[in-house]
Amino acid sequence: MSTDTGPAIELRGASKTFRTPSGGLHTAVRELDLTVGRGEFVAVVGPTGCGKSTTLTLVSGLEEPTEGEVLVAGEPVEGVGDKVGFVFQQDATFPWRTVLSNVMAGPRFRGVPKAEAKAKAREWLARVGLASFEDRYPHQLSGGQRKRVALAATFVNDPEILLMDEPFSALDVQTRALMSDELLELWEGTGASVVFVTHDLEESIALADKVVVMTAGPATVKQVFDIDLPRPRKVESVRLLPEFIDIYREIWESLGEEVRITRERGAADVA
Amino acid sequence: MSPEAATTLPVTGTDTTKAGRAVTRARAARRRKLLIGGARVLLLVAVLGLWEALSRAAVIDPFNFSMPSKIWDQIWTWTTHGTALGSLGEQVWFTLHEALVGWIIGVIAGVVFGIALGRITFLADVLGPYIKVLNSIPRIVLAPIFVIWFGLGPASKVASAVVLVFFPVFFNAFQGAREVDRNLVANARILGASDRRVTLQVVIPSATSWIFTSLHVSFGFALIGAIVGEYIGATKGVGLLVAQSQGTFNAAGVYAAMVILAVVALLAEGLLTFAERRIFRWKPADSDS
Repeated sequence: MSTDTGPAIELRGASKTFRTPSGGLHTAVRELDLTVGRGEFVAVVGPTGCGKSTTLTLVSGLEEPTEGEVLVAGEPVEGVGDKVGFVFQQDATFPWRTVLSNVMAGPRFRGVPKAEAKAKAREWLARVGLASFEDRYPHQLSGGQRKRVALAATFVNDPEILLMDEPFSALDVQTRALMSDELLELWEGTGASVVFVTHDLEESIALADKVVVMTAGPATVKQVFDIDLPRPRKVESVRLLPEFIDIYREIWESLGEEVRITRERGAADVA
Repeated sequence: MSPEAATTLPVTGTDTTKAGRAVTRARAARRRKLLIGGARVLLLVAVLGLWEALSRAAVIDPFNFSMPSKIWDQIWTWTTHGTALGSLGEQVWFTLHEALVGWIIGVIAGVVFGIALGRITFLADVLGPYIKVLNSIPRIVLAPIFVIWFGLGPASKVASAVVLVFFPVFFNAFQGAREVDRNLVANARILGASDRRVTLQVVIPSATSWIFTSLHVSFGFALIGAIVGEYIGATKGVGLLVAQSQGTFNAAGVYAAMVILAVVALLAEGLLTFAERRIFRWKPADSDS
């Protein structure tokens, strides 16, 4: 980790415009300003399809901003860096690799010797509770187990920046709560900075230090809320605190408006 | 897990009616299998028998249509006394050898070009129209040209097998490389994979199921290429056997060569399916290990 004390991630006036297949232009995010401190857990919430995920692809270096700047650890992002980990919404485990081989993929891609990669992968598999599943193929696991593999495969690279794109949205409610707790446990040991994109406000408050509300698309930051709930947290119990409910109500006032705008637009498109 | 395994599990319980039901079901499944097998054999016997009978009764012309017993005699003579060109095994091996070499070259070229064009959009854009044009040529007419170019030896047959094999493999590999899950590529890049690694360790593995589909079809094409090449001009091979039988008005010989080819093609298909099972152990369809 570098020694300077600047923010881990900084977006300055970042915009991203895509060319649609029909030839038109689609602006996913516009003039986005966002700062994530070192070791901070930031959740980004916004209406469905507003461009939250694009923010992550900009930070990861998978896409370049059309305008503005994206800095990671004070340096402009150029291509995919080695500081970043990314957990995708969809399954992104390699189906032809065993669980162990999937977790080894990151270190192997980065040139770590095989034996060392294997040892590290085993260690992380044990941490996510899949030690006895290392010879299985992804299709032999449940959705939650596959997500654990994805988490292990991401954490094994020791990322300083952890980007998560609605990682648990495909899981059932109980598994999701369990996974959220596990994520917090895993993260608390690493000191990584997290950007967690979700459309689930409860999830975002339960996990994050800071909740960023995005506007209806093209997305930009509408409001930022600090979450002062004590850590370590357990998702299921923190949800019942009176403070939680107050914060929820406060943020929902802001978010609800954007959701309504999105919905009305959708209705107008259909009409 | 296979559905059978799931349904037979409750047998271990104390519920005897359930166990009884499972046994009945297993018996019914076995009986169905026997029935299908029996019907297949019966159909074959009926068709061959009808052919034989009609031919013997001269309802159909036995000279043109021959009959199963004569075809069998022909195969028997070829195996025991050899053909006019030498032993039968030698002819089959010659053809198989040409087809195999052509198939391997065609598959390698098809996969390499397919993956390269699938990955490099510039190449695909430049070469796309030419490949379409080449593909629309009826490639079988190239066989005589290859005989002129490469002579009567195996090279001309290998060449016609290659042009027949290349295109289906190429198009499937290309499609496979194009349809790679974007998430997997993004994930590999995030995890630190270079472009080369993405191609070798993400694109190629995910394109293998596409490629394998084309391998089945294309081995048949390789055989066709070799046979047609031999038919047009050769010194050895099953195709030449067909040509000679035809030249001597030996209809049974033509059919016998066809039967031999069918057996060879089926054996090759079996080997390929076996290889596929081994390679695709990670696929959900083959999970009942």
